[in-house]
Amino acid sequence: MKAPRNNEPPPKGDAPRKRDAPQAESTATGMKVPGGRDMPREDRLKPPQWPGGRAQPPGASFHVIGRRNRKIEGLAKVTGRAIYADDIALPRMLHAKLKRSIHAHARIVRIDAREALAMPGVHAVITGRDLPEYFGIIPWTQDEQALCETKARYVGDAIAAVAADSEWLAEEALKRIHVEYEPLPAITCIDEALEHPEWRVNEKSSEGNLSKHVHLEFGDVDGELAGSDAVVGGDYWYEGSTHAPIEPHCCVADFDATGFLTLYSSTQVAHYLHRDLAKVLGVKAQRIRVIQPVVGGAFGGKSEPFSLEFCAAKLSMQTGRPVKILYTREEVFYAHRGRHPMRLCYRTGIRRDGTLTGVDARIAIDGGAYSSFGLVTTYYSGQLLTAPYRMSAYRFDSTRVFTNKPCCGPKRGHGSVQPRFAFECQIDKLAEVIGMDPIEVRRRNSIGEHTRTVNGMRITSNGFAECLDEVERASDWKRKFRRLPYGRGVGVAGSMYISGTNYCIYPNEMPQSGVQLKLDRSGRATVFCGASDIGQGVDSVLAMIVAEELGLDLGDIRVVAADTDLTPVDLGSYSSRETFMVGNACLDAARKLREQVAGTLAARWGCAASEITLAGGVACSVRDPERECMSVREAFQATEARHGTLGSVGWYQSPKLGGDYRGGTIGASPAYSFTAHVAEVECDPETGFVRVSNIWVAHDCGRALSPVAVEGQMEGSAYMGFAEAMFEQHVFKPAAVHHGPGLHDGPSLLDYRIPTSLDTPDLVSLIVESVDPEGPYGAKEAGEGPLHPSVPAIANAIHDALGIRCDRLPFHPPRVLSLLRAGDARAAWEKARGRVATAPVAGVGGSGAGRSGAGRSGAGAC
Amino acid sequence: MLTLPAFEWLRPANLDDALAHLANHAAESLVVAGGTDAVPNLKHRLHEPRWIVHLGRLDELRFVRESEGALSIGPLVTLSAIARHEGIRRDFPSLARAASLVASPQIRNMGTLGGNLCLDTRCTYYNQTYFWRDALGFCLKKDGVRCHVVPQGRRCVAAHSSDVSPVLISLDASVDISNARGSRTVPVDEFFVGDGVHNNVLVPGELVTRVTIPAASRGLRAAYQKLRPRAAIDFPMLSVAFAARVSDGGCEHARLVVSALGAKPRRIGGLDALVKGRPLDDALGEALAEAAYRQCRPLTNVAYDDAYRHEMVPVFVRRAVREAGGIA
Repeated sequence: MKAPRNNEPPPKGDAPRKRDAPQAESTATGMKVPGGRDMPREDRLKPPQWPGGRAQPPGASFHVIGRRNRKIEGLAKVTGRAIYADDIALPRMLHAKLKRSIHAHARIVRIDAREALAMPGVHAVITGRDLPEYFGIIPWTQDEQALCETKARYVGDAIAAVAADSEWLAEEALKRIHVEYEPLPAITCIDEALEHPEWRVNEKSSEGNLSKHVHLEFGDVDGELAGSDAVVGGDYWYEGSTHAPIEPHCCVADFDATGFLTLYSSTQVAHYLHRDLAKVLGVKAQRIRVIQPVVGGAFGGKSEPFSLEFCAAKLSMQTGRPVKILYTREEVFYAHRGRHPMRLCYRTGIRRDGTLTGVDARIAIDGGAYSSFGLVTTYYSGQLLTAPYRMSAYRFDSTRVFTNKPCCGPKRGHGSVQPRFAFECQIDKLAEVIGMDPIEVRRRNSIGEHTRTVNGMRITSNGFAECLDEVERASDWKRKFRRLPYGRGVGVAGSMYISGTNYCIYPNEMPQSGVQLKLDRSGRATVFCGASDIGQGVDSVLAMIVAEELGLDLGDIRVVAADTDLTPVDLGSYSSRETFMVGNACLDAARKLREQVAGTLAARWGCAASEITLAGGVACSVRDPERECMSVREAFQATEARHGTLGSVGWYQSPKLGGDYRGGTIGASPAYSFTAHVAEVECDPETGFVRVSNIWVAHDCGRALSPVAVEGQMEGSAYMGFAEAMFEQHVFKPAAVHHGPGLHDGPSLLDYRIPTSLDTPDLVSLIVESVDPEGPYGAKEAGEGPLHPSVPAIANAIHDALGIRCDRLPFHPPRVLSLLRAGDARAAWEKARGRVATAPVAGVGGSGAGRSGAGRSGAGAC
Repeated sequence: MLTLPAFEWLRPANLDDALAHLANHAAESLVVAGGTDAVPNLKHRLHEPRWIVHLGRLDELRFVRESEGALSIGPLVTLSAIARHEGIRRDFPSLARAASLVASPQIRNMGTLGGNLCLDTRCTYYNQTYFWRDALGFCLKKDGVRCHVVPQGRRCVAAHSSDVSPVLISLDASVDISNARGSRTVPVDEFFVGDGVHNNVLVPGELVTRVTIPAASRGLRAAYQKLRPRAAIDFPMLSVAFAARVSDGGCEHARLVVSALGAKPRRIGGLDALVKGRPLDDALGEALAEAAYRQCRPLTNVAYDDAYRHEMVPVFVRRAVREAGGIA
């Protein structure tokens, strides 16, 4: 690998604000501990090694893993028994509502709550002055207040909160809180943000409306492009979208007479919420308990603290009564943190034999009013593009700006869905230019396993080539591509995604995930873990691992999760980290106990511990299972008699990974998942309506611990990508004669159109298992990766069908129709069709060529 | 979540009781049948009535009667019942079709014919929460004085969004309207007025008590086409109802109604001269499409590209004519 050239300007915005704050974007070797002292490398936690490795079953074969088990909480959900945050009602509980700004950008001159406070049944009103402390998920970009103190930055920004006897009364009281505003010029788009630095959206920015700028270059991009046989340029627009979970944000705060705060919240990051509550409320962390009830969907939209959590807590502290806040659907649109709108310009080179050469990207990102995860988003927009294809040289220049709109953040596939769309369209265009099948181009450039990307990311297992084979076969690609009648088409795209990041959001040397496991004499196990099940099934993963290791039925395992009083820290449900990290922690805890149980039985029966099998509630020796046999309950009792009370802990901390340059750890993951999609579309050229009839999704998840859950994630991801491609637009009305800018176009699920089941394509999930050496039983992520290729696969399919290039989202009928009328689509379609006959260039070919990566020119590889 | 405003709940036992209440308190009352439109509108504070008059117990308004003279339907018949009804499917398939395209199965199970007929007009600046409308500065349909669709406009242009109404006009249906003093009959074609604030002829105290489709409309070649972004849920962005009497000598008479563009359904004019004696074929479809395109002017009242909606008028008219003509 060529040495990366980091052209980044000197840090400004990221500079730590506190003297002892750790480095923002540490290099692989420069991790620090709180207090600023380096921790010696040899002192770092090292995960235990297990004979046979982590990828293998504890016995000869799997008994639980890989079976189509129910999710352990599934019945409670479908029978209505699961307790969500809004199901919680405490005695004497008050209800609170937030007063929100009616201006996109305005100074708050005065807030007069006297009339509201005079209403019978209204108990308290708080404003920004009551919660002045700044917070934010990324420690060095903390630019949010629970309630705006001096100015509001978008229509819907929270200004005050009122607690009353009922929700209705609180809503009525909002109308009696009078806010005097001084409207300010509002920034509504990327260009305005850059052209008007003087209209400053966010005073915490380092300069103008700049949220973050990253420029990284790996290898000689200009030289590679100059030496290419073809270079294609393209400008793309990725529209913003929001998560739209079924459950709106909700929390209940209960500050008791002893000064102890309990907060139930629909969050996916209980631990980070715990930390920020302490900071903003000025309450010691050890006097706060955060509990995550069952969550009704999150998708990244609940992965940081929100105004409601601080306000409910503060109002509970003021009134001495429990306080609930439930966001309306409209407020969920304002809380947002959804997909960033991005303008992406790519130049990509290729050789006649299909080898990708240089990739040059310029990306502008609309961040909304606050930072959120924006620092990471800006890096991810470039850093996560460097697999599954090898590229000789790569440069990206990404700029995130502040605008007067709800804050964007991490939505499923954080930061990398937008560039993936653009890049996979680029590859399709390049394939057309050189007359090569687009699957073949992807296959030839597949980076392979156990290698390194051009930006220094370590790739371990990699089943991408097999994913391509699977979708090619399942979709009957060879008989369809460029061969279907006008109006019908197929398209392909690929992607990769992280299985967790190798750093915690606040740098520290403690584990990223911890598990405590308790075995009971009754033959029951309880797993205590901070992990956050948001519907993806991590609770079930924990139970399955324990069941596999200790021979229990799934029903005999209790999972106690995401309760900061009861469970060890897990960082939460984001960046597709749970199965990999918490799974590893749980595997260690369970194996420690399994060793004790197996050792006890081996001593009793005089055999080797490796000869003990625990499965299906039975413990036996493989040597003489008829006679050397007992229930696992008896085995636990024998073990407890020998070792004392049975319990264990397990933890996971990823190896230090990433490139040795500023920002080089961002995008580094202990394992990457890979995906390929083929989409098939039927288009109506008269109306511009595109029906996506099928998406074949092949995903390398390492090993499917629960195939039915993995398929659910694959289908859900492909659906969500399809939704962004075809329908969703998180957009705002421009200023007009009688109203100002920044009004959401339609903050409801009627106007913000997520596709119904009738609109949804037939989704075919094809699981590919590459068995990762470091994943729990070889597992990698499945929750976010399979979203990425949906969008470009559909765009490429529309091109195959109609001869138009959809470079802007969404591909809704008005846009498709205007593209059809803009040029001679039919001629473009005929031309593309003419190129299909071109046989693949001799040389590296066949389905296995890309897999090993051997025999390639090696540019960009280590 | 959004709360409902405070109101008193009335559930009259029969039509006379309902009309008696309305005779005195119509201005302060909201009449609700299925509630599928009223409830979200209440949550948005678009209606703030003192009384809600629920018609659920008025079984006398829940009927489908087929007679030689006509088909009459009670306003409380649900949309799913209409979509399912054998006689309606046989004789008036475009009506069954329109009912089946409303929203979603759950909403059709609750929503009624009368409710859909009297559906409040819709606008991207109106069907929003109180907060949103406050941020907007309100509009002349509710709480404000300005129109945001037509900035100089003094008349509300919120979109008529009923699926069944254009079809009923195309089928020459009429409605019986009652109040405490008596009743009158109005052709559906004359039921709507071009004022988005209140787009029908009902005066305070009146209720629709019957919808009648004349026997003469049996055997019309009819069709309904609806433009909606999603395959369910959405209100029409554009709707087209077409019905023609065709004999051996070609078309005798036709009605073409285009709606979801303005406050009332637009009946395309000058049709008799166009269709008389011509076969119901693509050439006629083209002529009708052109006439409709010229006569329709979509506005930005619904959140969908208005130029595109205009472009789709001829497309959907052609499709309606093809469907009516049974052209594959």
